[in-house]
Amino acid sequence: MKLLVNGEEQFVAATTLAALLDELDYAPDFLATALNGALVPAAERGGCVLGEGDRIEILAPMQGG
Amino acid sequence: MLRVYGETLSSRLFLGTAQYPSPSVMAEAVRASGIDLVTVSLRRETAGGRAGGRFWELINGLGVRVLPNTAGCHSVKEAVTTAQMARELFGTDWIKLEVIGHHDTLQPDVFGLVEAARILSADGFKVFPYTTEDLVVGDRLLDAGCQVLMPWCAPIGSARGPASPDALSAYRAHFADIPLVVDAGLGRPSHAAAVMEMGFDAVLLNTAVAKAGNPVAMAAAFAGAVEAGRAAFQAQPLAPRDMAVPSTPVIGKAVFE
Repeated sequence: MKLLVNGEEQFVAATTLAALLDELDYAPDFLATALNGALVPAAERGGCVLGEGDRIEILAPMQGG
Repeated sequence: MLRVYGETLSSRLFLGTAQYPSPSVMAEAVRASGIDLVTVSLRRETAGGRAGGRFWELINGLGVRVLPNTAGCHSVKEAVTTAQMARELFGTDWIKLEVIGHHDTLQPDVFGLVEAARILSADGFKVFPYTTEDLVVGDRLLDAGCQVLMPWCAPIGSARGPASPDALSAYRAHFADIPLVVDAGLGRPSHAAAVMEMGFDAVLLNTAVAKAGNPVAMAAAFAGAVEAGRAAFQAQPLAPRDMAVPSTPVIGKAVFE
């Protein structure tokens, strides 16, 4: 399945957001995720089914002003 | 002590965490200034990356409260979604709301700012809006649910200091009972002291410390300036006068001619 993950095309086997994070080797504890512009809380990632062409944002804490 | 959204902050200096020479220098600057609030952000994590986790552990070790921002957001939707992601990531409903309207000046889009503030306040956020010194926009932000206002004094990162002191004084006078934080544009400790002398409740800065030759020493200098400015405001500074007024008594002066 082709997804847009953090602005880059990715071809993945994962069908849920939780599985995607695992497949792409993200540490799920320090992330916030969004699907097609809407927040997906950590507790809902396992039930968040992905579809062809979905846009995923995976954000982490970062320095800020 | 500063009270904001029902919480008490002991320091009236808020520091950003970006642009320091290293994470350890940032941590040292935070400790040297004795502050209890830092701003943070969130950005895309690379696959397999662990930078976010390491940064978060460093911040947690400082024992300070965090104020996540929506820096770089140019639309209401971007800012709202970023705020929601920040709330989940950092475990706080405090949000420094930025909706940027102009690429070169990083001037806030005040129309989008008010709209985003209304949406986020209704969703339970405690919004700290980065705004201009426009009084009407300030009123609208309060109507939207904000209980603190953060006017700029000059463009972000410009280090110019208060570009419109009269406008800032008017802002302070108009919002007499609202916590006001000068956010953005401060370059030197004297700038921070100047706005604190006007009666602003706190200042928020980043670049002026992070890009100083010695960020740790500059953080301490800003902390001292903020304290001095606050003390001066409470001591009720003398108003400027148009003409000289002798400080040495004239009565009793000897006459030699």
